[in-house]
Amino acid sequence: MTYQFDFAALLPYWREFAMGVWLTLQLSFVATVLGFVLGTLCAIGRSDGAPWVKALVACYVEVIRNTPLLVQIFIIYFGIATLGLHVDANVAAVLALVVNVGAYTSEIVRAGLESIHKSQLEAAECLGLSRPQTYWHVIVRPAIERVYPALTSQYVLLMLASSITSQISAEELTAVANRIQSDTFRSFETYIVVGVLYLALSFVVRIAFWLFGLVVFVRRRKLGTAL
Amino acid sequence: MPTFTLIHFQFLCWAALWTVGLSAIAFVGGGLVGFGVALARISSTRWVRILATAYIQVVQGTPLLILLFLFYFGIAIVGFKEVPAIFAAGLGLTIYSSGFLAEIWRGCIESVPKTQWEAAECLSLSRWQRLTRVILPQAMRIATAPTVGFLVQIVKNTSLASVVGFVELSQAGKLVNNSIFEPFTIFMVVAAIYFVLCYPLSTWSRSLERKLNVGRR
Amino acid sequence: MSAVVSLTNVEKSFGAVKVLNGVSFEVARGEVAAVIGQSGSGKSTALRCINALETIEGGQIMVCGHAVHDPKLDKKTLRRDVGIVFQSYNLFPHLTAEQNIMLAPTCVKGIGKAAARDLAREVLARVGLEAKADHFPEQLSGGQQQRVAIARSLAMQPKLMLFDEVTSALDPQLTGEVLKVMEDLARGGMTMILVTHEMAFARKVASKVIYMHQGTVWETGPGAMLDDPKTPELRAFVGSGL
Ligand SMILES: Nc1ncnc2c1ncn2[C@@H]1O[C@H](COP(=O)(O)OP(=O)(O)OP(=O)(O)O)[C@@H](O)[C@H]1O
Ligand SMILES: [Mg+2]
Repeated sequence: MTYQFDFAALLPYWREFAMGVWLTLQLSFVATVLGFVLGTLCAIGRSDGAPWVKALVACYVEVIRNTPLLVQIFIIYFGIATLGLHVDANVAAVLALVVNVGAYTSEIVRAGLESIHKSQLEAAECLGLSRPQTYWHVIVRPAIERVYPALTSQYVLLMLASSITSQISAEELTAVANRIQSDTFRSFETYIVVGVLYLALSFVVRIAFWLFGLVVFVRRRKLGTAL
Repeated sequence: MPTFTLIHFQFLCWAALWTVGLSAIAFVGGGLVGFGVALARISSTRWVRILATAYIQVVQGTPLLILLFLFYFGIAIVGFKEVPAIFAAGLGLTIYSSGFLAEIWRGCIESVPKTQWEAAECLSLSRWQRLTRVILPQAMRIATAPTVGFLVQIVKNTSLASVVGFVELSQAGKLVNNSIFEPFTIFMVVAAIYFVLCYPLSTWSRSLERKLNVGRR
Repeated sequence: MSAVVSLTNVEKSFGAVKVLNGVSFEVARGEVAAVIGQSGSGKSTALRCINALETIEGGQIMVCGHAVHDPKLDKKTLRRDVGIVFQSYNLFPHLTAEQNIMLAPTCVKGIGKAAARDLAREVLARVGLEAKADHFPEQLSGGQQQRVAIARSLAMQPKLMLFDEVTSALDPQLTGEVLKVMEDLARGGMTMILVTHEMAFARKVASKVIYMHQGTVWETGPGAMLDDPKTPELRAFVGSGL
């Protein structure tokens, strides 16, 4: 093995790497927030909606969970173009990630919803809260709290999977890496650096979720939870 | 302007066989490595456990895409200039699968009650005998459902092998698209084929899980 | 009389909690010792120490000639001499009654399959379950499972049997059938240490009663000791009807 590692060649690109990290964080953040909203709505629809809503959500979840993200990204990106609209690759990327993670979120949250006893609902209604209020406070919030660790893992996976959007040239860390390696011809070193950056990112995201959980779920904080 | 025809569909179906083949490689390879890592993860030696944990963390914390790039360029660096794309793809997917399977299986092994280890220990069985004769048979029953579930992830993730030029279903879709440029139609068909491959596995995994839950009451 | 088991000033803590605080007692060959005491007094822990499931911090334990307190102890040979039965049976759910029993003789002693099967039938007969050889644990009642667990230990031909509240999880009717098996064993000359809440059984079968309180042996004597406690603690314990 005569290969000479040359990480120094990548030093001048530190700004690009940093930018890539920032873009990936932004992309993941937006996709996480929107995906969470979509997924939670779907979960509620699936467990307490009209029959046709249940069927619709079930279809959506099955289709997304049984096809690759890469293909979903292509379909959304090219599908929008087929409609005659022109969208930015970044918008298509966010859209695809949201649609994708929404399905997974909905399954996780649904498991949470099903673990909460419906008798809780009646108890709270007797206290004179309105129905949506009770539903949120008594069912949804505790359900999310219960599945929070699973959601965290899912959103870490989402952050990692956002690398796939580089395939439609969305702006994020992997796309940046692809550019740098073709500039420098130091492919292996570039992807090592990027791999380490993703590893660091996944720890950062995990910690961020843990902190967020501490703030939002007061009970969790009191009981003390693992990272 | 040429359009999507049966020929294209046949090409996609042929490529789907490669998706299946690559999935099999990833599952078998990842299963072998992952089993070793799962055992290392519950080893009685501290540093072996730490090493296994680190391996799992690194594999699970790196995007598969980056793993594939690393193996693709890494193989060239080690000195094999002209290896077929399936090597990089198979290797990358094997490592990826091993990291996840190891963690799934560790969970299954640890969900067998501690008292079973103890009862076997009290009968003078060696640590290896306890593991193979008492714990693993029980863990395997618990592991089938999540393992089949992960198989779905593997099949879907083989689509990323297209980035290192391996012609499986997704790459075939791109190739067809290059010649007739009807991306929406083509990738809908591609997605449908993936669905046909994955849905039965998902359903099977779910029914296995249900059966296990009924068995446990 | 040669002591099969002897504990001398055994100490054991879990974290900051001292669970055994200088426990000493002896059990001679053929003797049946009943260990009684309140919940949390360290009975199970003492039993687990005898079988090296827990490592002790101080004192000495000799079991059938093995120095259990010695860090170089060969646990495998110790456990060939000592059988233990737990409150929760701990049968292997993926094996039939017979396979549960055959496992250790074939794996550990290298006995052939056929001989092991004969052995399994023999010990199953001793606990009155020949007919259930091919049943899986979940197809057996609690009492039957516990008898299979006893048979599984017997198949290794131990010199000493330990029982930890083996009837606590059972209904009264099922308790009887398990106690009968234990009584037969005692009559057959087996050295036994049993942790139990069955005072009547202790009185009837035990040649020695060990009352544990707050991690020490508070009072010890023959079965008749229960009718005439010397310490107020034992009097209160017996009086509480436990
Ligand atoms: N593995 C352990 N870790 C920490 N503490 C333990 C452990 N095992 C037992 N203890 C503690 O040691 C003390 C004695 O436990 P032990 O099980 O020996 O009591 P016992 O006399 O058998 O009680 P019981 O009649 O309820 O079975 C208890 O306070 C228990 O909480
Ligand atoms: Mg106890």
